[in-house]
Amino acid sequence: MQVLSQTKHLLKKEILLEWRSKYAFNGVLLYIVSTVFVCYIAFNLSAGFTHSQGYPVVWNVLFWIIMLFAAVNAMSKSFLQESKSRLLYYYSIASPQAIILSKIIYNILLMSLLSVLALLVYMLFFTNTLGDPFYYFLVVLLGSISFATVFTMISAIAAKAGNGGTLMAILSFPVIIPVILLLIRTSKVAMDGLERGSTYGNIGILCAINVIVVGASLILFPYLWQD
Amino acid sequence: MKFIYQTWWKVLTVLVILYTLFAGLLLGVPRLPIMHETIRNVYFHVPMWMAMFTVFTISVVYSIKYLISGKPEHDLVAVECANTGVFFFVVGLVTGMMWAKYTWGEYWSNDPKQNSAAIAFLLYCAYLVLRNSIDEEQKRAKISAVYNIFAFPVMVVLIMILPRMTDSLHPGNGGNPAFGKLDLDNRMRVVLYPAFIAWCFMGVWIASIRYRISLIEYKKNAID
Repeated sequence: MQVLSQTKHLLKKEILLEWRSKYAFNGVLLYIVSTVFVCYIAFNLSAGFTHSQGYPVVWNVLFWIIMLFAAVNAMSKSFLQESKSRLLYYYSIASPQAIILSKIIYNILLMSLLSVLALLVYMLFFTNTLGDPFYYFLVVLLGSISFATVFTMISAIAAKAGNGGTLMAILSFPVIIPVILLLIRTSKVAMDGLERGSTYGNIGILCAINVIVVGASLILFPYLWQD
Repeated sequence: MKFIYQTWWKVLTVLVILYTLFAGLLLGVPRLPIMHETIRNVYFHVPMWMAMFTVFTISVVYSIKYLISGKPEHDLVAVECANTGVFFFVVGLVTGMMWAKYTWGEYWSNDPKQNSAAIAFLLYCAYLVLRNSIDEEQKRAKISAVYNIFAFPVMVVLIMILPRMTDSLHPGNGGNPAFGKLDLDNRMRVVLYPAFIAWCFMGVWIASIRYRISLIEYKKNAID
């Protein structure tokens, strides 16, 4: 139970630090808003886009691509931001499981908040064509949780390897592609307002992937942090 | 490890592979619509993936062993197996693409199986890039072992599970019959199964030679 209390304290510290500077949150939010705005302007250069036949497909895919890049940017900060001496201090006072667990929970919270805001901003600019908004919202939440769990572990690996940004993208994209394919397929069903029952299998797989990734992170992270 | 250094299974492997090369091209095959003679590709395409899975499995086992023991030899086995696996990956993709040209009409036809195989290929390329990006030997071994263990299940999901859930044209996926169920008759079995086993051992042999070369290099560079 010591791990849980350590996790609680570390999580509190993460949130407190973020609350003081609001750097990661504001930075990524601005990133999302400007990306959405650029897309909005660029797509509306061609007249009649919003009424064209492919609009719903583009709407869905574009949203997930924006989310993917926002997630890479937000999550890569989680380990790269920490200075070496501060990491050393954590390791001397807490167990590695508590460290990775607190980072994962913090990233899940951050990503969920960001994705909800991103969805709102996105729907403001791009005309809403959702058939089943509540289910779409649930899929977006599940997607942000999946992004957070996968990217936390990858960013730990990338930060250890030394050169952050490039490596983060190279390592994470092959891992995240199956997740994002499942998400796009599921959210398309929610968007068209089709029957939910046909996608429960996909939701199950996504949850299973999350459980496996968190489990793997808990087992593998202790080997990663010791130098 | 004694087994690796013995000769008999290597001779046997070469003989069986030679047998499957000739028998695969000469023996009779069932005549199926669209497939016709291209069904012979199953002797050369599927064993590549079998060999790849064998060496990647050995690689991940030795990555786990490295994390437990910390012996540099285990890391060498893991990386050389991954290198060999990437080679078989490329050969498997190319043989599959050649077959796809004659049956599906295009070398690359946006099929889920092809796409996820390409993604899995990126995954292992990322593993090799990750290794190159770290200079310090122990750190490199540890981080890449962690990534290797992380990547292996993703690769299995990508190649084995995801294409089965979608409408892939690939035999055995998306409701298509696999060769094993309907079309494979006994004339093909006598070639196919030996080919599976022989190519797996071929992969192990190539990986073991690469491992022994890199072990010599490692010992030469070591400071006594």
